[in-house]
Amino acid sequence: MPRPVPIPDEVSKPFWEAANERRLIVQICPPCDLLQFPPESICPQCNSAENLEWSEVSGRGTIDDYVVIHDSRLRLFVEEQPYNVAIIQLEEDPGIQFFSNLPGTPVDEVPVGASVEVIFVEGAAPGQLIPEWRIVH
Amino acid sequence: MAPTPLAPLSLYRERENLGIWEHRGKVAVAGLGCSPTARRWDETPETSVGANTIIAVNKALEDAGISPGAIDGLVVVPHCTGEPWAPRPIPEDFAQAYIPTDDPNDGISSMSADWLVKNMPELSNVTFAMHAPTCMSKAIVVAAQIVGDGEANTVLVVRALNNLSGRYSQWGANALDTAPGRAQWTSPWGWSAAGATYGYLLNKYCRKYGSSHDRMAPFIVNQRRNGLMNPDGFFYQHRPEAITVEDYLAARWLAKPMNLYDADMPIQVSFAYVFTTADRAKDMRQPPVYILNHASNVPKVRSNIQTLDEVEASTDAIARKVFDGSGITANDIDVFNPYDGFTLFTQYYLEGFQWHGVRRGEAHDFWAGDITVEGPHPFSSSGGNTGSGRTRVWLHNDCIQQIRGQAGNRQVNNKAEIAVSGAYTPTDSCWTTWSKYPD
Ligand SMILES: [Zn+2]
Repeated sequence: MPRPVPIPDEVSKPFWEAANERRLIVQICPPCDLLQFPPESICPQCNSAENLEWSEVSGRGTIDDYVVIHDSRLRLFVEEQPYNVAIIQLEEDPGIQFFSNLPGTPVDEVPVGASVEVIFVEGAAPGQLIPEWRIVH
Repeated sequence: MAPTPLAPLSLYRERENLGIWEHRGKVAVAGLGCSPTARRWDETPETSVGANTIIAVNKALEDAGISPGAIDGLVVVPHCTGEPWAPRPIPEDFAQAYIPTDDPNDGISSMSADWLVKNMPELSNVTFAMHAPTCMSKAIVVAAQIVGDGEANTVLVVRALNNLSGRYSQWGANALDTAPGRAQWTSPWGWSAAGATYGYLLNKYCRKYGSSHDRMAPFIVNQRRNGLMNPDGFFYQHRPEAITVEDYLAARWLAKPMNLYDADMPIQVSFAYVFTTADRAKDMRQPPVYILNHASNVPKVRSNIQTLDEVEASTDAIARKVFDGSGITANDIDVFNPYDGFTLFTQYYLEGFQWHGVRRGEAHDFWAGDITVEGPHPFSSSGGNTGSGRTRVWLHNDCIQQIRGQAGNRQVNNKAEIAVSGAYTPTDSCWTTWSKYPD
């Protein structure tokens, strides 16, 4: 997939740096015991930035459901159509979602509920690894 | 004129249990105006956003039977949804026809209160102006509160939509090889269209309740049917073609299970309403349509996209807020126009409000019955965006027209005394309760 290359910002920089080390991290607010992804500048529960940390997670999850994109608004993806986009729920907290194209899974043959594990792939240009997910057999 | 402020969050009634709206029945709609529709702008001044908006404003004033000098407030949605014109050079004949503002897009792909006042000098008594973000539903809520609070007496509520030539939405961030800002969490996986969220949710919904995408068909067919009875709409004016069940089932996928007819079609058109106090409305030309309440959901989405649980909780909540603030129950809603752009989320509103007793998981069964305007369950009598083009406005117009008895062939056979309309997404929407009577 010719993926647009993410441009880290101040809040997301640790996430993308960890991805380049093939580690998946999400934010956590320990007093609230709450994971957060995508990262934000404050915890949505206590509205404070004070206790926000990063926490490495297992990279395991399940396929919640999916769609097949036939008409993408993203120029880089138009030639890849049709393609799967699944919603992955993180093992540690199913409320945390990641997108995945499920590399290796045929279009529209997505096993909803299946277990997946994180992998890291290149985007359209080298230099930034991007988390992806593949089915665990 | 000082820069126009964006409506503060304090104007929205977004919390639960606020009780009856303090201005219930004291604010009314007195005028409604629409410009002609077009699929795309032909780049002449006569069909520009600016020209359309002046047409809509003049029609709304005429409908109310008042002069421009009677207007003392403006609530305008500056965002016109389509692609911005800049950095293209301003067409010369447009530049000659209209007075510019600081925004080069103004009058072409945006519409500010400043532009309106500059180009309609007959609006000479305007002392109050406010912008509302993205949607007529928000402008209505803001204007209702403004008039109720006495910030202005007689207000124009304005919403314009633009659509330039070219492929809709393959511009800006979507054309990049990089993913900056919020796109860093979506574009690397090819996730862009908002509609994909509702495709995902429809899959969840169908798994949970045992339905299928095919069972959406009767709703989409009826939406277009209602739209073809709306003389202001795009399809009525330019493409008077029904959709059949077969058309729907054969349509190409955009984001399976969302197909072409589940998405609305961008068009160019402008709208204006006259909002005023109930007392003033009684002396104007049309029978007043009173506002009993407004209520809003502000987005609360935990992770990347809405979950079915979040959507069901949000639409339950907005129904409670509408009922609580209006002092009505689901049984009191004669005309119900929840948003349909995308069609795949309309069922959540229907089930959240339990209109005509429809509970979670039952919307597709309901649509299999008689939902025509002639029948006992005239659901979404406006025809919505599906029936008349992308505006998020037809639903409100229909509530006003049904209560006035001016909905023409769309007029429901049931009584039409209380109507509810709202847009847009289940987790981010603004709702209004309209009534023939102030109490
Ligand atoms: Zn916290």
